[in-house]
Amino acid sequence: MQLASERKEYLQELTKTIRRHIVKMTHHAGSGHPGGSLSATELLTDLFFEHMNVNPNEPDWEERDIFFLSKGHCTPVYYSVLAEKGFFPVEELMTFRDVDGRLHGHPCGEHIPGVDASSGSLGQGLSLANGVAMAAKLDGKPRRAYVMIGDGESQEGQVWEAAMTTAHFNLDNVCAIIDWNKIQLDDYVENIKGMKDFKAKWEAFGWHVIEIDGHNLEEVHSAFEQAKTVKGKPTAILAHTVKGKGISFMENTHKWHGLAPNDEELELALKELV
Amino acid sequence: MAVQKAPREGFSEALIRLGHQHEDLVVLDADCAKSNMTNFFKDQFPNRFFNVGISECDLVGTAAGLAIGGKIPFANAYANFLTGRAYDQMRISVCYSNNNVKIVGHNAGTSAAQEGATHLPLEDISLMRSLPRMTVIVPADSLEMEKAVEAAYYHEGPVYLRVGKLPVPIVTKKEDRFQIGKAIKYRDGNDVTLISTGIMLDETFKAAEALANKGIQADVLHIHTIKPIDVEAIATSAAKTKRVVTIEEHSIIGGLGSAVAEVLSEHCPVPLKRIGTQDRFGVSGKMHELLDFFELRAANITATAEKLVDSALIK
Repeated sequence: MQLASERKEYLQELTKTIRRHIVKMTHHAGSGHPGGSLSATELLTDLFFEHMNVNPNEPDWEERDIFFLSKGHCTPVYYSVLAEKGFFPVEELMTFRDVDGRLHGHPCGEHIPGVDASSGSLGQGLSLANGVAMAAKLDGKPRRAYVMIGDGESQEGQVWEAAMTTAHFNLDNVCAIIDWNKIQLDDYVENIKGMKDFKAKWEAFGWHVIEIDGHNLEEVHSAFEQAKTVKGKPTAILAHTVKGKGISFMENTHKWHGLAPNDEELELALKELV
Repeated sequence: MAVQKAPREGFSEALIRLGHQHEDLVVLDADCAKSNMTNFFKDQFPNRFFNVGISECDLVGTAAGLAIGGKIPFANAYANFLTGRAYDQMRISVCYSNNNVKIVGHNAGTSAAQEGATHLPLEDISLMRSLPRMTVIVPADSLEMEKAVEAAYYHEGPVYLRVGKLPVPIVTKKEDRFQIGKAIKYRDGNDVTLISTGIMLDETFKAAEALANKGIQADVLHIHTIKPIDVEAIATSAAKTKRVVTIEEHSIIGGLGSAVAEVLSEHCPVPLKRIGTQDRFGVSGKMHELLDFFELRAANITATAEKLVDSALIK
């Protein structure tokens, strides 16, 4: 199913709102990770608003689809999407990283409605998705398990242990979204420990791979739709993205991996997100 | 002489029994199903068994996902590789996420025998004890193992269960009540408290007898649950006997000895001696040779207890 034009317009506006949340939340906290949140905005917005079978009024509903944020540091975008979807009040976003709040720097599966597992130690999400997918198959339920992984995160060995498991058990109800923004904490991924032929790696591990522009809502939408139709093997959506996307001075630099905007930078950023 | 049986056999039998009763019980292994005897569960319930291959981190993460999906998973691997390699997965995906996963560490203690130091888990209890929300259970024999597996299944929350591979005497009784977090009192005495965990209960019984022959009456406490530890039972006994010896088939750093030291220092400070492996790695050897090598025998317990009693009398 293609993305209808009115939905596309709605989602486009929503991604702007979410980007505003991201900069405001990190500004509020004085810390956090805007870069990898901004790169994942279209992916998570389309996923949660157009594909995920969830009920914000009943977060633990047994038939729900499940999402794991394996790159757990990108809570600004994750919390924003969950709040806009209705899992908790949007106003709560401005308690991000507060000592007396529940929106911790990295997600806590126990406290936040809509969050099913804690993450923040990289590399663990795909194994979780596999487990959920196995349980769904045992129960004969149509539940799907989604997981977002970073390209830098893919240096973690567990990602590949899990990728073998997904393919071996033919878990076609697993969809991995790789936010391929080419930058990690210290530098460009290529300068730290490059992915070489990233697509070939996933294919060699037995996955169906869809390569897209992760900021093009139509491409993102079609990829999720296609993934639902692939049988017998899991799908990896390799989404080319730009770290810091949408705010000119944050784009394409590792400087904004884990840095909060100051007052002046916040103002500049918000001007670009009108 | 007591009947000998491997704790892993009791584990496997209990798992299958529970499997028949509960559809939500699933079992995972990391390519040691034959050794861990989870292959028998697989034979009975092939759909509910997942061998994820040699990848302990993925094993624990997958188990956590199965728990999120509504199952009660038992994740099996050799204790060392499981607790050492997948510690972070237990910390984040299991404990911090509060997932109902049962972690089963096999080849425990000296039962790894001739495999040598790489395979001898002498630090697993210490690691697992430090994890918030983790319950740590170390049964004495095959019979108690069966009760422990059942208790672990019904307990809501993460559990670490330590399972030995080689036959050891069955020293507990069918009627002994197993309750997570509750010590079992096996002998009453006023002169010294012997606190053991796991398969060391056998040597501890022998030591208590030898001590009795010398006129020293030992209180014997069996701690099958190292966390949460039974503070009351330990403090009450220590207050009575005024001296304590701990006995474990694990490093004295971070294991039972440490846990009891913590309890005593806060609740009833009395002299304590810890018997266990010292700050060192293992070696290759038959299990009975290793118990001698590490000085984990009744004679070692008896000598230590006697000395403690004597020194206290001199004071």
